[in-house]
Amino acid sequence: MKSLFRKYLCHKLSVVALTSIFIVSMQMSFAGDPNSFNRLMKKKAERNLPPARDGIHDPEAEGTNTLQPPKEAFSNLVKSKSGNYVDWVKSLREGKIHPRYDRLDPKAKPIIMDLNIVREVKGSMPDVVFPHAQHTEWLDCSNCHPAIFIPRKGANQISMASILLGRKCGVCHGKVAFPITAKTCRICHSKPKLTKVRNKKHVGK
Amino acid sequence: MNFYFVKSELERGSLLLLFLLGTLAVVGNISPAHAEYGDLVLNQHAEKEGMPPVIFPHWFHRIRFRCKVCHADLGFKFKAGGSGINMLKIIDGQYCGACHNGEIAWSVENCDLCHTGKDGLKTQVDGSTLSKLVVPVKDKNKKPR
Repeated sequence: MKSLFRKYLCHKLSVVALTSIFIVSMQMSFAGDPNSFNRLMKKKAERNLPPARDGIHDPEAEGTNTLQPPKEAFSNLVKSKSGNYVDWVKSLREGKIHPRYDRLDPKAKPIIMDLNIVREVKGSMPDVVFPHAQHTEWLDCSNCHPAIFIPRKGANQISMASILLGRKCGVCHGKVAFPITAKTCRICHSKPKLTKVRNKKHVGK
Repeated sequence: MNFYFVKSELERGSLLLLFLLGTLAVVGNISPAHAEYGDLVLNQHAEKEGMPPVIFPHWFHRIRFRCKVCHADLGFKFKAGGSGINMLKIIDGQYCGACHNGEIAWSVENCDLCHTGKDGLKTQVDGSTLSKLVVPVKDKNKKPR
């Protein structure tokens, strides 16, 4: 009787021990090595979450689950590395999407202006090329001129700071159009400077 | 098989604890939820009037319309909550109501397709560069959502 009990106890203990070792090791693997490479970098966020899991839609609301998940809509579109992870300009040009230019007329064609504006940049970054073509495929002249950009050379002061604060280009870029991230600098800063950037001497006082 | 190994209270407790710890470790590793880029939260009138906030998905609309249609022809401003929209204007065929009239898109009876936001969200472009960089002074004491 006693040996049977001991056997039973041993078995019980071993099961508990094994289970705990398993769970603890699982935990260790999830917690990871404290000195792992780039330990301060945030975990890569999941992309294009369905409405019920996106943090702003109420998952309990009836309508939420009726809405189309973005991933489904984007499956055929050209991919990019930021924003919606969709290259909207390429998707439009390659005919993957057919957004109307008129509310009612699906055949209305946009008035496209093909004019590049080169803006010389003070710092070491390549100069900015602003393409009117890509913008007029989506927008009307009146969307930007004259309220956001005065249509005259040299009349607009633009800085990255004001863009990041949501002014000038930042009215759209950073909200709806591709955002300002380290991956997107060179979409605008795309024209290498003609002359070498001279080391400007800072005049001390 | 009888689960004799979880018969004692102590064991059951310790197993449960270990299980919870394991679950926590897994849950803690799941990436945070974030809304689709360009989604707007509109909550100027909604919650005051007893409706959940509106979520406007830019991505869905730009697949179907160019920016110009809403922002030049229909008069939507480039600012979340900046156009002064209310249900009366929508029913009268302005703003959203220009399409959401049962002819181009589903009509305004489908309250719960727009009013799907969580309680207490404030009017903003969710996840915009600006909202990530700047915390408004008056909201500093507020608990983040």
